[in-house]
Parts: sequence; structure tokens; C-alpha cells
Amino acid sequence: MPPDNEAIAEQVFVALADPSRRSILATLASGGPATATDLAERLPITRQAIAKHLALLTDAGLVTPEPGERRRVRYRLHSAPMQVAQQFLAALARDWDGPLAALKDHLEGSA
Amino acid sequence: MGFPDRIERTVEIAHPPAKVWAALTTAEGLGTWFGNQASIDLRPGGEAEMKWDEGHQANMRVERVEEPEVFGFTWHIYGLPDEDPRRTYVEFTLVPNGEGTRLTVVESGFSQLPDDAHQVAFEGNTKGWAAELGELIEYLDAA
Repeated sequence: MPPDNEAIAEQVFVALADPSRRSILATLASGGPATATDLAERLPITRQAIAKHLALLTDAGLVTPEPGERRRVRYRLHSAPMQVAQQFLAALARDWDGPLAALKDHLEGSA
Repeated sequence: MGFPDRIERTVEIAHPPAKVWAALTTAEGLGTWFGNQASIDLRPGGEAEMKWDEGHQANMRVERVEEPEVFGFTWHIYGLPDEDPRRTYVEFTLVPNGEGTRLTVVESGFSQLPDDAHQVAFEGNTKGWAAELGELIEYLDAA
């Protein structure tokens, strides 16, 4: 397994653990790329706090800064790390205990 | 290691391997204890499908058929988008244990990193979308 898989997933979960960062990511996911000012208008978070969160999200590779209108930086959601985290969740969500118990019941119950 | 690649479970069943094998590899079996409805083409490369009454569906590709010891298939990773190409491999191993069977299921492949090819495909997709939107705008502007 590539060693950075877990590190990538961890950064996603750290980012998602904070409600302000969750709402920033959710806003970018639903509304597309936005500047820090756009986000401050849409969310009940100060512009300074948004800038701080965006810096963290950029370092984690979860958002990508790009040039926007009037020389303002726009932030775009970068979904590749989310896909790695999804795989972690997929392993946790996989239920074999239920089906195997059902198989046992099916065979032994019908005996 | 915190990132599980492999899930393994063993269960003891009070029936011989032949009976367990039938439950795992026939449409009647799979459609009873696992899904609500199933179909299977039992040969390597064959397609199998399970449907649940609530609308969920699983498509499998049969990989190993060694009656009555090993049955393996791949399927889409649960929880990932439908178009994601990554799949996990599920293998059932049946070992006679007295009158019964020791059944082990191993599902592996959860920690595949989206590889470069996938990454390229994904980036390509994103760019493709941007290009298509651009074409739509051009089309609308020209009209």
C-alpha cells in the first residue's frame, strides 16, 4: 500500500472535523469555485477565519487556488483526496457479519 | 496500519462444502441469503448480479471457480461513485471441518490509491467538462 494513503485520508478527516471548514467545502461543492469574499458573504464566518481555513485546506490539497476576476484568488474544490477518504469509509462500511449470519441462518435454519 | 486494505471473516457452518457452495454460487442461493434476487453466469469472466428490494444493486464479475473450494469475484467498491473504475476482490474459501464447513471470506483492495492513470482520467474528466461547457457557451453565443 502506498504510504501516503493514510496521510491523505487523515487530512480529509481533520479538515472535516471542523464545522466551519465543512461548510466552506460544502459551499464549494454545491456552488463551484469562490473567492474568500464570496464565502464570507454566504457563510456566518468572518473573512479572516475563512482565509485561515482556506490556507489549511490548500495545504491539505483539498482546495486549489486559481486566478479569478479582479485579481482575486478563487478556490476550487479538489476531490482526489476525498476519493481516498471514501475508500477508507468504504472498508468501514462494508458489512460481512450481517450477510454471513444470514447465510448461516439460511443453511442451518433450513436443515 | 490504520487504513484497512483487507477484511477477513471466518464462520463455521454445520453443512458440508457442497451445500455451502450451492448457496454461494447459484442464483437461488445468492438471491435468498444475500440479495433479494440474483443471477449468475458461473465461470471466470461471467457476470453476476444481485438486487435488493429497496432498489440497491450489485454487479459482480466472477473470477475464480474451483468447486467446491474457492469462489472469487470482483465488484465495485461500495460507497464510491458508480463511474469509479476501482474494484475490490472477494474470495470465499470452503474447508471441510468435520461434518461441516469452515467458510472464510476475504475482501481486499480497499486501499488502492487512485493511480496515475486514474488521476489522469479524472483530471481529463474535469477538463472535459470545462471544455464541454465552453462549447455549449460558444454554441449559445453563436445562436
